[in-house]
Amino acid sequence: MSNEKMKESRPDDAAKARKVPGDNGRGALHGRKALHGRRAFQGVSWKSGFGSLKGWLYLLPAILFLGVFMVYPLIDVFVYSFEEGYNSASQTYLGTGTYNYSYVLHDPYFLQALKNTFLLVIITVPLSTGIALLISVGLNSIGPLRNLLQTIYFLPYVTNTLAVGLVFMILFKKTPYSDGLVNLLIQWFGGESVDFIDGPYWAKMFVLCFYTIWVVMPFKILILTSALSSVNQDYYRAARVDGTSKFRIFRRITLPMISPMIFYLVITGFIGAFKAYSDAVALFGTDLNGAGMNTIVGYVYDMLYGDSGGYPSYASAAAIILFAIVLTITCINLLISKKNVHY
Amino acid sequence: MKVVLRNLTKKFPSRDKKNKKDVVAVDNFDFEIPDGKLIGLLGPSGCGKSTTLNLISGLEKPTDGQIFFGEDDVTRLAPEHRGIGLVFQNYALYPHLTVKQNILFPLENLKGKEKLSKGEMLEKAMEAAKLVQIDELMERKPGELSGGQQQRVAIARALVKRPRVLLLDEPLSNLDARLRLQTREEIKRIQKETGITTIFVTHDQEEAMSISDIIVVMKDGAVQQIGRPQEVYDNPANLFVAKFLGTPPINVFEGQVRDGRLYLGPDAVLPVRGAVQGAVYAGIRPEGFLLRKDGAFCCNLNGVEVMGRDISVVFAHKASLSPTIRAIVGAENLAEISADAGQVRFDLKPDKVILFDKKTGERIRVDMKA
Repeated sequence: MSNEKMKESRPDDAAKARKVPGDNGRGALHGRKALHGRRAFQGVSWKSGFGSLKGWLYLLPAILFLGVFMVYPLIDVFVYSFEEGYNSASQTYLGTGTYNYSYVLHDPYFLQALKNTFLLVIITVPLSTGIALLISVGLNSIGPLRNLLQTIYFLPYVTNTLAVGLVFMILFKKTPYSDGLVNLLIQWFGGESVDFIDGPYWAKMFVLCFYTIWVVMPFKILILTSALSSVNQDYYRAARVDGTSKFRIFRRITLPMISPMIFYLVITGFIGAFKAYSDAVALFGTDLNGAGMNTIVGYVYDMLYGDSGGYPSYASAAAIILFAIVLTITCINLLISKKNVHY
Repeated sequence: MKVVLRNLTKKFPSRDKKNKKDVVAVDNFDFEIPDGKLIGLLGPSGCGKSTTLNLISGLEKPTDGQIFFGEDDVTRLAPEHRGIGLVFQNYALYPHLTVKQNILFPLENLKGKEKLSKGEMLEKAMEAAKLVQIDELMERKPGELSGGQQQRVAIARALVKRPRVLLLDEPLSNLDARLRLQTREEIKRIQKETGITTIFVTHDQEEAMSISDIIVVMKDGAVQQIGRPQEVYDNPANLFVAKFLGTPPINVFEGQVRDGRLYLGPDAVLPVRGAVQGAVYAGIRPEGFLLRKDGAFCCNLNGVEVMGRDISVVFAHKASLSPTIRAIVGAENLAEISADAGQVRFDLKPDKVILFDKKTGERIRVDMKA
């Protein structure tokens, strides 16, 4: 029978499926899932005409989980950010509007977090990528000890953030008993000791940037060394025969060849630095607002669960602002890359 | 520019931990390449021909021996100071640069007195591009070119600095059969037009024979024979060279020389004049067979392959080292072979039959004219 009939009946099903969502997200998902199930059992002939349905069926588990745990929360955050006076206990709100955004953008803590995050991004992304590139080129051009050094450079990657934070505290923190190793060094060279953890803003920012660079470096070195070693040696031999200087080989051949990887690292570096939070906690403790070292993600967390917390609407608004910033920066990156990245 | 190689030797340290003996890639290479000639370095893979090329280019340093370009000893010179152009097997064109930028690249490296103005560079690049006929493609990226066009760009880049010696590493191996024919003509033409001494490496004997002025056959790092292609083909110095040159390959038989005659199995095929007696290897070129109803060489016919201009007769013989033997005869002989006869008889052309020592594989020179 029934291929014809099946085909005819399908648009109806689809129409039903389209009608169902609209009241609210969760209901729609359940409805759609049920419909899918029914249609799957009706399927008589899998081979003729059901090829695409079969494909969707294979994708169903992934789509389901992504939908429930990613797409739905994302939409929900967006919705929350426009609901004014939301009460999480009673799940009610007073009205909709842009007040949450206005509040967040006028909150001095958020502005501080914004400033901190931007400083962190602007300082650490270029520096960490640049230094990682230098180290990778160095690693690539030495023979002996290469594996040992590669392992050492990779160690921070497998070390826990908080453990690293503890080590940094010991290095930088000033206590009644000791000034910390770094201050000892500064004094050795005749400088004045600085409190890096509780002291002036620039000192704290320096430690945070130093720490961030140190933590993100291993991954970048790993990616760049593999990118460098995958460049065909014949290009270098050809350049050598033509008498190309070392610097020119690096600028005109090596850099363009590994530019896709550098671009990848810059984009993920930007996104990662914008999302910084645990690094600041590891260094300055959980009261980041008090230390003046909060980040945007830290602000979102505080708004949800911190001592001043319980405001999911403000948290959502801040999260959406962060999303907008990251999206803008990534778009700019993509535009710049069109000219300078060679695939 | 003539190129002189004096006792050139290159040894690589052994990677094998048990066997510490060095690997000899090039063994005592001694040869004077005359000015303005096209030289083919020929041999199976791993015979040291590419290493020889790298030694001449300066990318590898010789363990022993000397290299002269003209009267200059360049043995210790870095590649960029030797005045060579090198074309890599995979062309090594910079994929992110246009054809023009690729050709300009070597010129932009020049420093000090040699430095050229932008206009001069462009002029030279255009000149090189015109020579290899790619001046229409200057703004394209290498990825947008066919294999043959990439090859030309690579040659233009190697030629743009007017090198004293042009080196080509397996120049045709990345091209399909039709392009290969075209490109080898092209290489010959470019070499003729520029008059630059050119050395190229190949494992394809047909390629080497077709365009080289002189071919050098190598095996295991050692030179087997040097000479003009036809000379080497007609008078191979040993069994290896004989087997390596020619398609279809030479047919090798177990032979016996008795009473002034060469016996292949029971058949006495040719008279032999010379001081040789006993077991030998006899190599017979495919074109050395003459179909004769009363021929001395009697074989079991396997089949006939028609190729248009020629036919290829496939047959077997007890004395042959390989299970099938191939003879190339003119197509007009097709009628003479009846497929169901099962047997076919040949006479042999004396100058196409070559005898080799059974132990050393060296050529035994004898007179076999009837």
